Amino acid sequence: MMTRAWLSNKFGPVVVVVMAIIVVWYGATILLNSPFQKDIYKRGNISNWTTTQLIADTMQQKRPVMPAPHQVMHEIYKTTVLKKITSKRSLIHHSWITLSSTLLGFAMGSGFGILLAIGIVHSRTLDKSLMPWIISSQTIPILAVAPMIIVVLNAVGIQGLLPKAFISMYLSFFPITVGMVKGFRSPRVLHLDLMRTYSASRWQVFWKLRWPAALPYLFASMKIAIAIALVGAIVGELPTGAVAGLGARLLAGSYYGQTIQIWSALVMAAALAGCLVAIVGLAKTMVDKRMGNTSVGANS
Amino acid sequence: MIIPRPAFTRTPIGLSIFVLGPLAVAFMAMQYTMNESSSPGVLFWLMVVAAWLLAWYGVDLLANKTFKSRSTTRAVSLLIPVLFGVWLLILWQLVTTGFKVPSVLLPSPANIGIRFASSLPTLWADFQQTFLKAVLFGYIAGCGSAFIVAIAIDRSPFLQRGLMPVGNFVSALPIVGVAPIMVMWFGFDWQSKAAVVIIMTFFPMLVNTIAGLSDNSSIQRDLMNTYAASYWQTLFKMRLPQAMPFIFNALKINSTLALIGAIVAEFFGTPTVGMGFRISTEVGRMNVDMVWAEIAVAALAGSAFYGAIALIERKVTFWHSSMRPERH
Repeated sequence: MMTRAWLSNKFGPVVVVVMAIIVVWYGATILLNSPFQKDIYKRGNISNWTTTQLIADTMQQKRPVMPAPHQVMHEIYKTTVLKKITSKRSLIHHSWITLSSTLLGFAMGSGFGILLAIGIVHSRTLDKSLMPWIISSQTIPILAVAPMIIVVLNAVGIQGLLPKAFISMYLSFFPITVGMVKGFRSPRVLHLDLMRTYSASRWQVFWKLRWPAALPYLFASMKIAIAIALVGAIVGELPTGAVAGLGARLLAGSYYGQTIQIWSALVMAAALAGCLVAIVGLAKTMVDKRMGNTSVGANS
Repeated sequence: MIIPRPAFTRTPIGLSIFVLGPLAVAFMAMQYTMNESSSPGVLFWLMVVAAWLLAWYGVDLLANKTFKSRSTTRAVSLLIPVLFGVWLLILWQLVTTGFKVPSVLLPSPANIGIRFASSLPTLWADFQQTFLKAVLFGYIAGCGSAFIVAIAIDRSPFLQRGLMPVGNFVSALPIVGVAPIMVMWFGFDWQSKAAVVIIMTFFPMLVNTIAGLSDNSSIQRDLMNTYAASYWQTLFKMRLPQAMPFIFNALKINSTLALIGAIVAEFFGTPTVGMGFRISTEVGRMNVDMVWAEIAVAALAGSAFYGAIALIERKVTFWHSSMRPERH
């Protein structure tokens, strides 16, 4: 809704903050790049440089310490629009590789997480023995395992998409399981008792009560899971030695000091994360609408 | 699924037969696979599976039994996940030694334990470099600065409204990606890793502190108003304590993020010490047991860090509903 209140309460402040970030970014560019630029002037015996010239030059270095926003944008434009998608230097090509393993891992992680949650809710033994491990496993820096999974699966002959998707899945199933266990348990005792008076089977209770009640939780945890799945896919691309994907662009950029390339890969990853989270949010609103906009359990 | 639970399984002796019996069988099986050089036959695996199913039944009995005293109930609820973990390790050990899985693929827990014990000095040096320097410094600096910023912009609703969506957005970004930039800026040593940790922990803390500071009802604010409390008095006596559950939530999230950030940042370049460095080089040399030992260190450090913060949370926010014992 483009109302006035929305403009002054949400849109306005966000725009101001984003503008401020861009201004700070430009300031940092000038500040961080000027020592090197002064060095260039000294070596080139250029003594009559002006401040305006210095500022302009700090934004045109080839391998700046801090690239200016427009340099990054230009690099992104160059590597997305001007390059063919099939080209190995196309950022879209690399993004697609990362995105595909993210989505595959996210789908596998969601499925696995939901199944696990169903098991936990219905079996006391699983609940008591598995749930503490799932919670404590969140305190373990799982990403550290990523290189090993990649290399070991590579040794068995599994290459390409699947190992990275595996890492994404591994990272993304935790929030889904934890959220869904909460969601499946969110129906109130009153509702459960009502189902019992209908002499509903476990299966019916699940589909008619627990599943709809858990949907708000599902979307909330899916938002976390998809963001974390992207991180997993990017980190999963590091140990393969910078072949393809956004993570590989980061690593290659850091090997060769191509800061603009690093930043453009970062901005691309950020845009990807934003889009993915937004899509999950969109799906949430659509499902909410289909279900009559009730958020059973979320507010109780 | 209905599992029969005859009366004798409810007695202590019956219970311990089902819990300890399979364990004894499993330990004999492990002894057997250690000494035998050839792969065991089908009968052996049938026995292992039978022991595991019996153990599952034992855990099932434990999980569904109610105990009179409270301390026993607590002990049993601790024992069940421990049993699960032990069985996981046993099966891992049996499968790796029984099927002769090459240790490059998956070393057995015993091998990892031996490697862990024999390379304690290396592991300690890595732990020092990654955890005591990069993680702790970055964590304290990141969370501390975010907290100060949150307090500083507390009086400006405009800035809060602007920063909240931006902070939420940034929290969802793959921030570990800044690691190569930080390594370029701050060098290979722990300072660059601390910088990554600072950036990673900043936004969750900022968003949660802002949310926590606004989590109070108008009745509470009115009460402070009737006391003629100043801004700072309201902040310290009412709003900050009220925000503590949110702040601790961020601190707990950040404890994991900090370790991840430091380890991943080390993949981009380090001096020849550190947990991330060790993992990436030992993977390259196919010393997978050393990698697992390092992962064990990371897991222990992460859990201990998280546990310590959870413990402090319990002391600070004892009044919160999530801290009170559950009533059934």
